[in-house]
Amino acid sequence: MSYSKPKFKEKYGNFINGKFVAPLGGQYFENTSPIDNSLIAKYPRSQKEDVEMALDAANAAKEAWGNTSATERSTLLNKVADIIEANLEEFALIETCDNGKPIRETLNADIPLAVDHWRYFAACIRSEEGGASELDQNTLSLTIKEPLGVVGQIIPWNFPLLMLSWKLPPALVTGNCVVLKPAEQTPASATFLMEKIAEVFPPGVVNIVHGFGPEAGKPLASSPKVDKVAFTGETTTGQLIMQYASKNLNPVTMELGGKSPNIFFNSVMDHDDAYLDKAVEGAVLFAFNQGEVCTAPSRILVQEDIYDAFMKRVVERTNAIIQDNPYDVNTMVGAQASNDQYEKIQSYIEIGKEEGAKVLAGGSANALEGNLANGFYIKPTILEGHNKMRVFQEEIFGPVVCVTKFKDEAEALEIANDTLYGLGAGVWTRDAHQLYQIPRAIKAGRVWVNCYHAYPAHAPFGGYKKSGFGRENHVMMLNYYRQTKNMLISYDKNKLGFF
Amino acid sequence: MKRVAITEGAAKIVRQLKEKHGDLIFHQSGGCCDGSAPMIFEEGDMYLDESDVLLGQVEDVNFYMNQDQFEYWKHTHLTVDVTEGRGSSFSLEIPLGLRFFIHSRLLTDEENKLLSK
Repeated sequence: MSYSKPKFKEKYGNFINGKFVAPLGGQYFENTSPIDNSLIAKYPRSQKEDVEMALDAANAAKEAWGNTSATERSTLLNKVADIIEANLEEFALIETCDNGKPIRETLNADIPLAVDHWRYFAACIRSEEGGASELDQNTLSLTIKEPLGVVGQIIPWNFPLLMLSWKLPPALVTGNCVVLKPAEQTPASATFLMEKIAEVFPPGVVNIVHGFGPEAGKPLASSPKVDKVAFTGETTTGQLIMQYASKNLNPVTMELGGKSPNIFFNSVMDHDDAYLDKAVEGAVLFAFNQGEVCTAPSRILVQEDIYDAFMKRVVERTNAIIQDNPYDVNTMVGAQASNDQYEKIQSYIEIGKEEGAKVLAGGSANALEGNLANGFYIKPTILEGHNKMRVFQEEIFGPVVCVTKFKDEAEALEIANDTLYGLGAGVWTRDAHQLYQIPRAIKAGRVWVNCYHAYPAHAPFGGYKKSGFGRENHVMMLNYYRQTKNMLISYDKNKLGFF
Repeated sequence: MKRVAITEGAAKIVRQLKEKHGDLIFHQSGGCCDGSAPMIFEEGDMYLDESDVLLGQVEDVNFYMNQDQFEYWKHTHLTVDVTEGRGSSFSLEIPLGLRFFIHSRLLTDEENKLLSK
């Protein structure tokens, strides 16, 4: 079964104060589909004035929204979830068109997971409580959580609606108003969502401003009208955003990527069974979403005594990947999100080869036929080498994995932790001791044990080291969008006696 | 002997950006999404200190990289190039519909000797 490109309007506006508005400067940019490089639609090339307008709308709305009941906010989040779910196929098609990822992923992963994140946070807020402590017979300490006010959010292009659904629901459900800037590569699903939910929230509570980083992103990140900035992206922009936040003494959360090790101990091959099959798939998950995942398992570490036998299966499974038209439900790997990513990935494959890495699979761009010849396709690629090579150290953000072998647990950990980053990791073993001890010794915020690439709303996600700080998902996320009000109440009628 | 060079196409864009923005710097990013690519900013926009290594100059623009990252990159020679694209980040060429990226090659033994002097 195959779908085709969805229909779009000629151009779209920003969503500010409850309605779509044209950018004040009247400028737009052309958004194209990486599937065939065809035009999707024009989106606002917003400037500082547009961001200011959105921030003013958010600030005007924050008091009333912050005073709504948890019940009310929760109900509205559930409404959004229902709306996305009712239009799931359309959202999936738009996402595939805009990002280049296969339709089977958007239908089965991106959009259903996005729905679940709205529901999860709608549920969280209803079940939590503040605190009350009796400090002594006459003194009570009350802890009340209050919203921050206005939150600026800058989201990436690899899972456009899902990343929006990681960031918006916890900020909204805690009583904040939001100005969100989608990535300029993928403005479509956020816009479609606003069309569908335009009436759900009071005006000014959710605002979406499109545009380029230096023109719209920077004014949002540096504005004194923002009380917090949440960012997913790379290290240099992360540093800049922290710098701007420091001028306003604002909190930030940062999710900045990784170079995640996926470690296979020799016990995975003790039996030729369903578990081994799962482990092989676990290694091949490097190609999931064209490798455009911050936690992509982009370094495979295999114990030396099973290396040849295990990698033979991984190479076979990789070579069996269907890379074709992303609208076809059988397609497993689609197009890279943009031409510059496509060029960058190829330049990494080249330096990998020059550094002496051996190509076990793929190793080049994939020239597809017809309209797809204009798209950005890279063959799922396996490079064999050692951990000091640049391809082992830098996030390629493409379907490229680097594989090396290790002797024992100590060497596995040494290689796994020899990276600037610490976002994700995978550990595969049948050994009960390794199942616990190895994950504990890996310096990363998320270690998948005998699985990979699961992103449930109920589990905290975030980085160690240069992968950033702060967490996303999970109930703990609520506190990243709140401040703590402590009321210290005396029930003692008597004075202190000092004066 | 320089660690970093620039293609003529990229140099042209740097000159164009200088006319608009004045003095500029390059900073090599790492990490996800638009990371692993050089970014160009107005001089003074990004806070730099001794943890940023100055690799050299291209078109009179200083090219920096964080020390930690440099440890993994120092055996390679970099050439700044430019391509059509739509990167996010705050890099100044993005509104032009262009994106800087890096071609790398291994430094020869001789070049390494010269650079470590």
